[in-house]
Amino acid sequence: MAKVKISRKSTRIDMTAMCDVAFLLLSFFVMTATAKQPEPKPVDTPVSTVLDKLPEEGVATISVGDKQVFFTIPRAAREGTLSRMATKYNVTFTQEEIKKFVGMDGFGVPLNQLKGLLALSVNERNAPNMQKGIPYDSVGNQLGDWVEQAREAEKAVLDARIADGDETVKYKDLDIAIKGDAKEDYPTIKRIIDILQAQKKNKFYLVTGLRNEDF
Amino acid sequence: MAELNTGGDGGKGGKVRSKKSNPGVDLTAMVDLAFLLITFFMLTTTLSKPQSMPLAMPDKDPKNEPKDNTKIPEARMMTILIGKDNKLLWYMGKFETPTIAPTEAAYGKNSIRKDILKNTAIAKANTDKPEEEGLIVNIKASDVASYRNLVDILDEMAINKVQLYAIGDITPAEIDLLKQTGLY
Repeated sequence: MAKVKISRKSTRIDMTAMCDVAFLLLSFFVMTATAKQPEPKPVDTPVSTVLDKLPEEGVATISVGDKQVFFTIPRAAREGTLSRMATKYNVTFTQEEIKKFVGMDGFGVPLNQLKGLLALSVNERNAPNMQKGIPYDSVGNQLGDWVEQAREAEKAVLDARIADGDETVKYKDLDIAIKGDAKEDYPTIKRIIDILQAQKKNKFYLVTGLRNEDF
Repeated sequence: MAELNTGGDGGKGGKVRSKKSNPGVDLTAMVDLAFLLITFFMLTTTLSKPQSMPLAMPDKDPKNEPKDNTKIPEARMMTILIGKDNKLLWYMGKFETPTIAPTEAAYGKNSIRKDILKNTAIAKANTDKPEEEGLIVNIKASDVASYRNLVDILDEMAINKVQLYAIGDITPAEIDLLKQTGLY
């Protein structure tokens, strides 16, 4: 009786191509990924089912948590905003401080403490309870001024780019996103909305997380 | 296969044979690692982009106060009052003469969403153009409401495709109503 020969094939697969593709994709994702900037006040945003993404450019973010307010200006408009605020409040900033301000993402101190904040290192700045928030009550509404000056600075930046003949630029008002903590009480948010509405900024974004539970 | 053909056979009648070592490298671990990192970067890049909810508020200019000439069809008007402890109260029509009396509700698909859908049907039955006109929702959050409650209700508006909604200021009478029902 003839023996049935089972041909023994090697079970090993050539992985060279797979490895190539994997590393190609890996390098792509590594390069496109942007490092998450440390925030002075991490907030836990509420969740929603709306899938709209925040615009990538020209968005200023107001973070609200524990009744403290922090403001992030888009990088292009930072220098202009600071110089406008400095003129308005009669404060002068050195070249070094302006450079540091442009490199700083979000901040939350009254304007008279900003110099002290800029003198600190990044780690010291983002330490918990280091920054106590921008004043936004009706007595010293600095937040409203920051937003107003940021909008003007952004407009100036866009105007300059249009004047340079950059045809890809379309004029749009600075978008404002409110990034509130889910546990924040409504009057605080209402106050922020009122500040925005006082300067005729009636359209803005609410930053939310993605809802994954069955709602 | 990834192994290189090291040849070497067929020189001098196969007499001198050097030991053939296999130069192929086992890539399994490398591929594993690469895919792990890909997954990590893919998820972190796409998930870190924040979601956002566009919100348009009605213009509030102290110079042009509303002259009370816009007629709001009461039959299509629903008011949601947000109270404490994740509870809310809603009524249809005017506050003084509601077509549906204030009803307590909770968030989620089993409570407020059913009410909104029911009221949408009522609103559509009360209009000549059910295609274009539907429910009008006025969201009034009290001072004890949390931001999460507001976003939840705005989310409900998006889920139920309510075309017209606005965030309004709560009146003292409505706060009293919330107090009576123990939601303030």
